[in-house]
Amino acid sequence: MEEQEEKKEQKKKIKIKMREQSPLERIKNFNEVPHGYSPEEAVEEASRCLSCKRPTCVDYCPVEVDIPRFLKLVKEGKFLEAAYKVKETNALPAVCGRVCPQEVQCESGCIVGKKGEPVAVGNLERFVADYEAEKGEMMIPEKPKPTGRKIAVIGSGPGGLTCAADLAMSGHQVTLFEALHKAGGVLIYGIPEFRLPKRIVAREVEYIEKMGVELVVNAVIGKLFTIDELLNDNGYDACFICIGAGLPMFMGIPGENLNGVYSANEFLTRANLMKSYLFPNYDTPIKKGRRVAVVGGGNVAMDAARIAMRLGAEKVYLIYRRSEAEMPARKAEVHHAHEEGIEFLLLTNPIKYIDDGKGNVCGVECVKMELGEPDESGRRKPVVIKGSEFQMEIDIAIPALGTRANPLLTKTMADLKLNKRGYIIAEEATGMTSKRGVFAGGDIVTGAATVISAMGAGRKAARAINEYLKWKYWDVSNLAKAI
Amino acid sequence: MFKILKKEELSEVITLFEIDANHIAKKAKPGNFFILKIHEEGERIPLTIADFDRDKGTITSVFQKVGKTTYHLGTLNEGDYLSDVIGPLGNPSHIENFGKVVCVGGGVGIAPVYPITKALKEAGNKIISIIGARSKDLLFWEDKMRNVSDELIVTTDDGSYGRKGVVTIPLEEILKEDQGRATKKHVPSFEDREVVQEPNVNLIVAIGPPIMMKFVCKTTEKYNVKTIVSLNSIMVDGTGMCGACRVEVGGETKFACVDGPEFDGHKVDFDLLMKRLQMYLVEEKVAMDMYSGKV
Ligand SMILES: Cc1cc2nc3c(=O)[nH]c(=O)nc-3n(C[C@H](O)[C@H](O)[C@H](O)COP(=O)(O)OP(=O)(O)OC[C@H]3O[C@@H](n4cnc5c(N)ncnc54)[C@H](O)[C@@H]3O)c2cc1C
Ligand code: SF4
Ligand code: FES
Repeated sequence: MEEQEEKKEQKKKIKIKMREQSPLERIKNFNEVPHGYSPEEAVEEASRCLSCKRPTCVDYCPVEVDIPRFLKLVKEGKFLEAAYKVKETNALPAVCGRVCPQEVQCESGCIVGKKGEPVAVGNLERFVADYEAEKGEMMIPEKPKPTGRKIAVIGSGPGGLTCAADLAMSGHQVTLFEALHKAGGVLIYGIPEFRLPKRIVAREVEYIEKMGVELVVNAVIGKLFTIDELLNDNGYDACFICIGAGLPMFMGIPGENLNGVYSANEFLTRANLMKSYLFPNYDTPIKKGRRVAVVGGGNVAMDAARIAMRLGAEKVYLIYRRSEAEMPARKAEVHHAHEEGIEFLLLTNPIKYIDDGKGNVCGVECVKMELGEPDESGRRKPVVIKGSEFQMEIDIAIPALGTRANPLLTKTMADLKLNKRGYIIAEEATGMTSKRGVFAGGDIVTGAATVISAMGAGRKAARAINEYLKWKYWDVSNLAKAI
Repeated sequence: MFKILKKEELSEVITLFEIDANHIAKKAKPGNFFILKIHEEGERIPLTIADFDRDKGTITSVFQKVGKTTYHLGTLNEGDYLSDVIGPLGNPSHIENFGKVVCVGGGVGIAPVYPITKALKEAGNKIISIIGARSKDLLFWEDKMRNVSDELIVTTDDGSYGRKGVVTIPLEEILKEDQGRATKKHVPSFEDREVVQEPNVNLIVAIGPPIMMKFVCKTTEKYNVKTIVSLNSIMVDGTGMCGACRVEVGGETKFACVDGPEFDGHKVDFDLLMKRLQMYLVEEKVAMDMYSGKV
């Protein structure tokens, strides 16, 4: 009897795991890895929540989802209501439940987590959003009275989608311009199907269109229209620029332009946006490597490595110059990558790609690193161990080294202030830039960050745009300090 | 959706489309390109804007059937739609009065060189154009090119039309003559005076297969005449996001879609360009075989 009690107690300390495809099975397909909770599992997991009076989890959520309230509704089996509750503050719960780094956000603040595992807020958020999509009618909020104001949102990533939705809710006429042929930004071209099924992104985009947002794909702003043309000739009252941090970085080491060396952006875009894993049924080809080396330790690197595995590679290496503890990727994805048999070469850095004599990469030369003194970011800086060079045979290399700001649009705007690295300078609380009527947010302001932070920026900008339309007041003296 | 308003077969393998794309036409400039995708499963391919009509709101594209996508494209007809058309992309050509310019178009490259030639002519340049193809039946737009050139030279590899041989032969003759004149310039005799006033060739614009551009550049390098080429590397997004279009120019990596597509030909690593263009030969064959089996 006592033993049983103890077991129950023990059990409460660990969260309910989502059932998922086994590693051996899933590396042969692109289907989503976790299956999600059953209603019973969801109720049980939500019951672990203590319904704190001063919920610390909420402090750690960038959009302040009312977590205890939504968990209480799950506990009571009111899944649809729970979904609506989340949607009050988070327009894309099915996405966030899957891709938010909960371990450093909501779940890191959870009291239950002090003594055991925190309540699996992300898993539950995902559950209610999926439940709503399956069971409920898509709830289209009543259209507000039109204000007659027109707003252009540039870029349809999570930041742009959120801002467009919020502005439509305020009754403005919103046009969402997207350079690619499909909306969703990184959600559609970057994050792979097995982590975020594209039908979920499509559903969110459809929702936003139903709310009255006009989506214009294939519209490269800066080329097709400039911001000035939108504001002055096309009757837009304000613009929100949320174009992501698009340019891939390379290391500048020999052999980077050999065939078989892909930027992570290219590899992911081919695989996800262009669906080249379905080649030749889809027309875009992708090289299926036998031995693949991915360089980097972020989400992008994990995603690229796991795609390469699923394309049929015999061996996938993940080369990272620091140790696993410093990897910026979501912990769940690092764990999945390990399970799927990706070999981590830590404290290792490539210095050269080797040519097979015909212009194809056939190997990589690396050096071993050790961690030295902490650098500006507080992480210990990797330094080369002399004489530690070694070579490996590979036929595909995928540097996933981060991105820079894409100047395509910003270079057409002489009056928009950028920082030294080409990112747009914008006020944090409002997204206001140095140019009247132009707001900005997401990765193009902060540098590569997270889905939820881009969404937060979209929401703040929508609020600020509403204020601006009322008062036409533009004071960015604070920005001068930021520069 | 973008409607094909006009289709013209320029040769057995070269087709012209006039596409309804009002906003792009309003912004297009010589040297720009666009990207198209035929349907949901299609790939994104870059094509030069070979002409545009701002009033009608159309862009003209000329393509050669080389692989699955272009063959499929060739089966479309007037009234059909393309799911996606994106542009105008790339930097426009630098147009000014340089004096005398030689414009070289090889094969399907005659199409992209045309709008540039036209703009250069309108800017007051004296234009000598050289257009070349493997044989007569692959040649097109001779009349259009003649209309925007002061002098037009046509070559075919097999001699079935115009001069037999490759474009670099007449090009070298022009440059040689030019140089001869330039040396004379320092000691002008009375008879030479008229000729001396003739401007030297100050610029060469060459668009065509990479191998042609490579040899044009080899030729013009000897005479030290600036040569602009337009690089047709493999692309995906066309906006600088993927780096598929990487080329090396003057030892530096550039993205053809946003840094080009035009570059100083004397600095381009053509061998790398040619190797990168062959990256998907195997896959292209698979796709083509499957496609021809299906049709
Ligand atoms: C592979 C990968 C995996 C990731 N995994 C995670 C994760 O698990 N969790 C997480 O929180 N974050 C993750 N991130 C980061 C996250 O996706 C980004 O921080 C977030 O998407 C930024 O949103 P955004 O709205 O600023 O821009 P983006 O999502 O980048 O969207 C920008 C959009 O603007 C469009 N655009 C660009 N230029 C123009 C123009 N001139 N005209 C019109 N449109 C234009 C682009 O095509 C794009 O669609 C990941 C990123 C990548 C690349
Ligand atoms: S949005 Fe992200 S951080 Fe906020 S509750 Fe949901 S999963 Fe947690
Ligand atoms: S085509 Fe993607 S960067 Fe040039």
